[in-house]
Amino acid sequence: MNIVACVKQVPDTEAQIKVKGDGSGIEEGGIKWVMNPYDEYGVEEALKLKEKFGGEVTIVTAGPARTMETIRTALAMGADKGIQIDDPALYNADAYATAEALAAAIKGVPYDIIFCGQRAIDDDSAQVGPILAELLGIPQVTFATKLEIDGTAVKATRPIEGAAMVIATSLPCVITATKGLNEPRYASLPGIMKAKKKPVDIKKAADLGVTGASKSKVAKFTPPPARPPGKILCADDTPEGKAAELAKLLREEAKVI
Amino acid sequence: MAKGVWIVAEQRDGALRKVSFELASTARKLADQLGEEVGAVLCGSGVEAMAAELAKYGVDKVYVADNAALEPYTTDAYAMAVAKIVKENDPSILLLGASAQGKDLSASLVGKLATGMATDCTDVKIADGKLCAVRPMYAGKCFGEIVIDTFPQMASLRPNVFTIVECAKAGEVVKFDAGLDAAALKTKVAEIIKEAAGKIDVAEANIIVSGGRGMKGPENYALLEELAGLLGAAVGASRAAVDAGWRPQSDQVGQTGKVVSPNLYIACGISGAIQHLAGMSSSKYIVAINKDAEAPIFARADYGIVDDLFKVVPALTQEVKKLLA
Repeated sequence: MNIVACVKQVPDTEAQIKVKGDGSGIEEGGIKWVMNPYDEYGVEEALKLKEKFGGEVTIVTAGPARTMETIRTALAMGADKGIQIDDPALYNADAYATAEALAAAIKGVPYDIIFCGQRAIDDDSAQVGPILAELLGIPQVTFATKLEIDGTAVKATRPIEGAAMVIATSLPCVITATKGLNEPRYASLPGIMKAKKKPVDIKKAADLGVTGASKSKVAKFTPPPARPPGKILCADDTPEGKAAELAKLLREEAKVI
Repeated sequence: MAKGVWIVAEQRDGALRKVSFELASTARKLADQLGEEVGAVLCGSGVEAMAAELAKYGVDKVYVADNAALEPYTTDAYAMAVAKIVKENDPSILLLGASAQGKDLSASLVGKLATGMATDCTDVKIADGKLCAVRPMYAGKCFGEIVIDTFPQMASLRPNVFTIVECAKAGEVVKFDAGLDAAALKTKVAEIIKEAAGKIDVAEANIIVSGGRGMKGPENYALLEELAGLLGAAVGASRAAVDAGWRPQSDQVGQTGKVVSPNLYIACGISGAIQHLAGMSSSKYIVAINKDAEAPIFARADYGIVDDLFKVVPALTQEVKKLLA
């Protein structure tokens, strides 16, 4: 089975995000970069399919030089090769332009199934996987928490509000992974050593026949609105007294209950 | 020239979902500023009667695709139907809910319509005749103002954030053929597994009572469930509680779970890791109940109680019972 897993390098979840003074972006200094947590579920599922059906796992990413580290992480987990699309034209690309570049790169490798994370935890757009499926003209299941493959038949479970849908489709397809799909493995030390020798192709936008032109842009970044300082409730120093004060405030001041 | 502010209405099991009215009201506001009409796309089987409900919230025209293949929702059938009617009518703005269905459908439509979209917006406005969509990024650690250079300018709106305003309009029904090509429909719903009746999803809740590591074990969530039951609230959980296996993944609030904006968020035994704070800081009111006065959650809370949650929560439940009596 030929498996592709798309990954994105993002700031660690513990990272503080500071907006640049002119609102043109975020300060990248001091940020610890990691593989998008949702992409880890995609890579893990790809590796599980490889273990079950044989074949190869190709990792694809778009981003600057530092994203090589994220490809190496996936290779150390057990993937076989990588494609890094590194072109300044794509550094601030929107979901459509990113998906276009990924689609062009993926068209150059054989694929039966493509994994993406359900969203990247930086821009939170949740669009790249579905656009990729549309551009490749193949079906998709987003937010998958369970995946079963039998021949070319695919069954994937996706949670919706108050229920879960089991979707039946067929290979080739795009699956966007979410928490619950599996427990991503850690790279082993021998895995890390081997990863250094695995092939990674570096491509420019022009090599893929794309321009990187976006349909949308972030005109301005702003810090989140400041929250006014809160009150610590202590009118009466017993749990019951504090609870009574809280209930009163929620009813009379906040008017939310 | 693209014209009109459109929404994709969301219905399930024979009823419009609340986000549909939030979409209609928001579209009305934008359309009035532009001097344009509001259109709604409504897909499903036997859904025409719902058009009148959309009209109450400001929809001028409801484009109805009634087709057995549109029930229940599948990505490819819906995307095909909506893309077709949108291409035929060329609206300038297209809004969807950032619900499970809306997120899935909207992203597919971006691909089919080759346009741009702002996901999970908390505010939308018109600036210089164009859509300006405000959305949390990095799970709310910062915000972005998105502008889109192609039509339709798409945005998905976070459920529960936009106000519903009644504003009766004609709601003229325009039926259209979904143009479904059976050979191109590659996904089917094999099964729908419903959760326990009455369970409210954290993404849709007005009030969330959430528990973290301080809950000490899964059995203690009964305390939160009792309070939540009284308030009509959903029970949420921190990553620590989900990773410990105490609560299902669907309840997780935070950067690697659901990003929520309820009216009231009551955090019990949650210290406030930055990735959790990111996921709930846009709540209107935040209450923190925690033994540790130094817990970072208190810096975000409107009301804080430094005490043992196992004493405070039952007392709060009693107080709420009195209020609601």
